[in-house]
Amino acid sequence: MNKHQEKRSLGKSISMFFTDREALEPALITLFAALFSLLAGVALIFLVSKEPVQSVQNFLLGPFLRKYNIYYMMIAMVPLTFTGLALCIIYQSKHMSLIVDSSFYIGAVVATAVGIHLTLPAGVHPAVAMLAAGTVGGLIGLLPAILKIRWRANELVSSLMLNYVFYFVGSFIILYFLRDRNQSILSSLPFKTTFLLPRLVPNSQLHAGFIIAAVFVVLVSIFMYRTKWGYEIRLIGANQKFASYAGLSVPTVILYSHFVSGFLGGVGGAIEISGLYKAFIWQVNPSYAWDGVIVAMLARKNPKFVPISAFFLAYMRVGADFMSRRGDVAFEFITLLQGMIILILASDKIVNYFKARRLKRTALQQSGQARAVAGGL
Amino acid sequence: MLEFIAGVFGSSNYWFIVVRSTAPILLVTLGAVITEQAGIKNMALEGSMLWAALVGVLASAATGNVWIGLLAGMAAGVVIALILGLFALKLDANAVLVGVALNLLSTGGTVFTLFAITGDKGISSSLASKTLPMITIPFIKDMPWLGKVLSGQNFIIYVSIVAVIIIHVILNKMTIGRRIRATGENVEAARAAGIDPDRIKFFTLIVSGMLAGLAGCFLSMGYTSNFTSGISAGRGYVANAAQVVAGGTAIGSIFAALIFGVTDAMATFLQNVGLPPELIQALPYAVTIVGFIVVTFFRDRREAARKLKLFTGKEKR
Repeated sequence: MNKHQEKRSLGKSISMFFTDREALEPALITLFAALFSLLAGVALIFLVSKEPVQSVQNFLLGPFLRKYNIYYMMIAMVPLTFTGLALCIIYQSKHMSLIVDSSFYIGAVVATAVGIHLTLPAGVHPAVAMLAAGTVGGLIGLLPAILKIRWRANELVSSLMLNYVFYFVGSFIILYFLRDRNQSILSSLPFKTTFLLPRLVPNSQLHAGFIIAAVFVVLVSIFMYRTKWGYEIRLIGANQKFASYAGLSVPTVILYSHFVSGFLGGVGGAIEISGLYKAFIWQVNPSYAWDGVIVAMLARKNPKFVPISAFFLAYMRVGADFMSRRGDVAFEFITLLQGMIILILASDKIVNYFKARRLKRTALQQSGQARAVAGGL
Repeated sequence: MLEFIAGVFGSSNYWFIVVRSTAPILLVTLGAVITEQAGIKNMALEGSMLWAALVGVLASAATGNVWIGLLAGMAAGVVIALILGLFALKLDANAVLVGVALNLLSTGGTVFTLFAITGDKGISSSLASKTLPMITIPFIKDMPWLGKVLSGQNFIIYVSIVAVIIIHVILNKMTIGRRIRATGENVEAARAAGIDPDRIKFFTLIVSGMLAGLAGCFLSMGYTSNFTSGISAGRGYVANAAQVVAGGTAIGSIFAALIFGVTDAMATFLQNVGLPPELIQALPYAVTIVGFIVVTFFRDRREAARKLKLFTGKEKR
């Protein structure tokens, strides 16, 4: 962005937004995708539920009706923000890796080890855990990138396979090194109290991770749009060949973009575990990376919109959870809606529908004028 | 320990399980091979398998006929592949992203559907679904060791062997196979030669959907006798890696699938030795990645040597 643009006032930039069709139309399509998925959700509820009206009400309004549900939404936004940011970076570089899933899970495992075995003062303790989890997550994130650069392995395929490997390795570590053998259910040893993140609101689960996530949104936005590294990532995403002809070391960019993305995943895992739990008790991988795909796509790969799309997704999740606890519709129905959102937003023909129509109209007008001119001669 | 492993490798019981675990991977790998040859990546194979596994169980329970279940399951697999084709080919979506969406939608969608029908999220055991028959082969059955491995397997196992032959013939002996490879090699050249690339791609997607459907039905109506959530366990993803190991050929798919099958079956046996089951479960996926790396390493070397020869006329020393 140049200086001239930076100076314009907020009001002006808002009015600019509504007159700039290039910016407005994709935003409208994104909104349409989100609304369409909610409508499809309502239709699905009517299809399967015995009390559809009550269920629809719980799904759409439930998140706002109870105070604890609002906190619950804010909590749910935290992991979604981290995986969403991580995938924004990957998608900006036009890569597809889903290794963030492993980074998040192993990040939580690493944080568990730090939370149990290290003795540190409060405040420093979770920070050390986040740093350790982020580093390990980043290193894990590198693996599909290395496979891609060195052996031209499709990064999505290799990351999906690695996700299985790391899931089993992670649960092995928990079971054999960190397990609390006095518990009948699967659980790690309890965390030291210094490891737990402070609560923002008493008597709620809302933890400081919410603020850390907000800070990371700002940091990643600056990283992507105000630094050389972010610029390079966007450049290889726009045109990898051009970037390499311009003298950029494409492998280096791919490597650090994957590291940063994995780092974010790892930190997200650490925050989730130290904010919400007193011990590692995940029986299955919560797989926030798949939700991160939708967050990143709804945010149009732009980190600064991640909070909005994370909020939307959190709203859907909390609504579905609230509904499934009080009715006969399974929570999993939101994955159908999430899949639909990706399908719509991935389709260039749908996203660029207005643009294509406008271009076609102008082209027709111009050819009409040309013909009129030719006829006049 | 070594003796135990040697004993395992010699036993017909072990190889019986190897064949059983290889077949579903083989079927989806064939599906990945044929679409990849046409130049479209079918990442939705996992979703096709999941829906096929569920629909197969539901249809066989509803009609009481296992064959209707099988057909319905295959149809479900094809529908998912067609949705991928619709978005990727007609609406210009990134095929890989569509695959991700369809897999996400299938993982939760199958659980949602199962819950809506049975009230259970985990398993379909409340439904009286059927299983595909075991088949005894007349002459092979009496062979000393081989008989125990190859005879008495599930119907689908033999279908998978037939499928290898059919895909091999389609790709190498038929006009459509040449068209498929031409489309995969260069879409514009294929179009110039009068081939409709989209039609070819749709054809391969349908075939891959049928193959993934067969594999999915086998998992819920042969390998086990129920649908369980996440029953495909990433086999659709493995197929996309195995496809590379197979070198894009039907015959190669057998070896690629065997790598997975051998380690998968070994996992079942190694659990008895007291090794941690978590690490053993990770083994098939890890081995597939290693196989993937080894194969691409040799492929790159071969290609480099070929290019060197092309440019200099000399063999690489």
